[in-house]
Amino acid sequence: MFDKTFASPEAALADIPDGATIMIGGFGNAGMPAALIDALIAQGARELTIVNNNAGNADTGLAALIAAKRVRKILCSFPRQADSWHFDRAYRAGEIQLELVPQGTLAERIRAAGAGIGAFYTPTGFGTLLAEGKETRRIGDRDHVLEYPVHADYALIKADRADRWGNLVYRKTARNFAPIMASAARCTVVQVREIVALGALDPEAVVTPGIFVKRVVRIGSSLRKAA
Amino acid sequence: MKKLDRNQMAARVARDIPEGSYVNLGIGLPTLVADHLPKGREIILHSENGVLGIGPKPAPGAEDEDLINAGKEPVTLLAGGAYFHHADSFAMIRGRHLDVAVLGAFQVSVAGDLANWHTGGADAIPAVGGAMDLAMGAKQVLVMMEHLTKKGESKIVQRCSYPLTGARCVDRIYTDLAIIDVKPDGLHVVEMVEGLSFDELQRLTGVPLKRLATAA
Repeated sequence: MFDKTFASPEAALADIPDGATIMIGGFGNAGMPAALIDALIAQGARELTIVNNNAGNADTGLAALIAAKRVRKILCSFPRQADSWHFDRAYRAGEIQLELVPQGTLAERIRAAGAGIGAFYTPTGFGTLLAEGKETRRIGDRDHVLEYPVHADYALIKADRADRWGNLVYRKTARNFAPIMASAARCTVVQVREIVALGALDPEAVVTPGIFVKRVVRIGSSLRKAA
Repeated sequence: MKKLDRNQMAARVARDIPEGSYVNLGIGLPTLVADHLPKGREIILHSENGVLGIGPKPAPGAEDEDLINAGKEPVTLLAGGAYFHHADSFAMIRGRHLDVAVLGAFQVSVAGDLANWHTGGADAIPAVGGAMDLAMGAKQVLVMMEHLTKKGESKIVQRCSYPLTGARCVDRIYTDLAIIDVKPDGLHVVEMVEGLSFDELQRLTGVPLKRLATAA
């Protein structure tokens, strides 16, 4: 039987080595795989390169990983927020490298990796600090910047439901980066609220086909109750 | 003169957005535009994190952690709304499907250059989000900002001193004093607040303005 389910987050993340590049899904807290990040902190891998839209909020999840000094470098579009104090401190202390990427370029670099694209030209960022040193080309009547894909060793994402083949559906805007990250990593690990029988997910509505997913762990709902 | 307050500015921008438009409202001041869209006009709001058809703010207690906008504030979804992933969301922006982006700004230049993401300060931690994609991708880029800095300097400038978000991308500027179109031959004043003369606006702005026949 072909079964991608793992009994625990610890088991699903046991082989992550020091120095790995890890994509972490989520936009702020929506879609952040908190249980997987907690397990990653407990697992102990160091010198990580992290790909996420942000650089952690408050004291949990990615912020806790940064506070535990496990992150050597982060690729993101929006690190600075009112509650990004762990990143702010590590960045100012020179403990963490930042590669700042426009959000759409970050998404497309991730998508390109998953789709086997060698590089692409985008008008975004032309003539700005974030395109300094990059190749450019005028295509039609617009200037473009050459951008390369971002690959990862692992992607840690959160979905709502999965089956044992790794087909996924998400919940509302918690989907955000998860489907493209799933395709861009060599090993994609998913935490889900529920694992259902094969055939229970409507094949017309599967968002991430199981081919992009290696490991599935049921965590149950981590949604905070409305205040 | 009667300067517009933040809500009056938002209402003025909202008045100009036609029915059937797909619109992205930037973080901060532009977000207020949503509260002033004319009732009965169907306008579809997009947010970078992957949603079309954003509805009103949820009632207290009805917030859903999984349903937020790009400012990470809780929102609701209208009937007909849709969720999608980030690459699709930015295909909508970069692929020129989005009709209007309303963005805040530190500075706009006479050529329509936009600076709104980074002060360039030595101790500043830069953050860009989707600003550069929106500036380059939306069919129409509207800027909404106070006309003057707290020190009284014009935010409409010959050349941006802050790092650029995008070059030659702004179509129209809405401030608390005036509405100004950015055109190849310069800045055209479309509207001014009550009690403000063109000469006074020109004096405050510092860079050359053109007077439209319709502007008093």
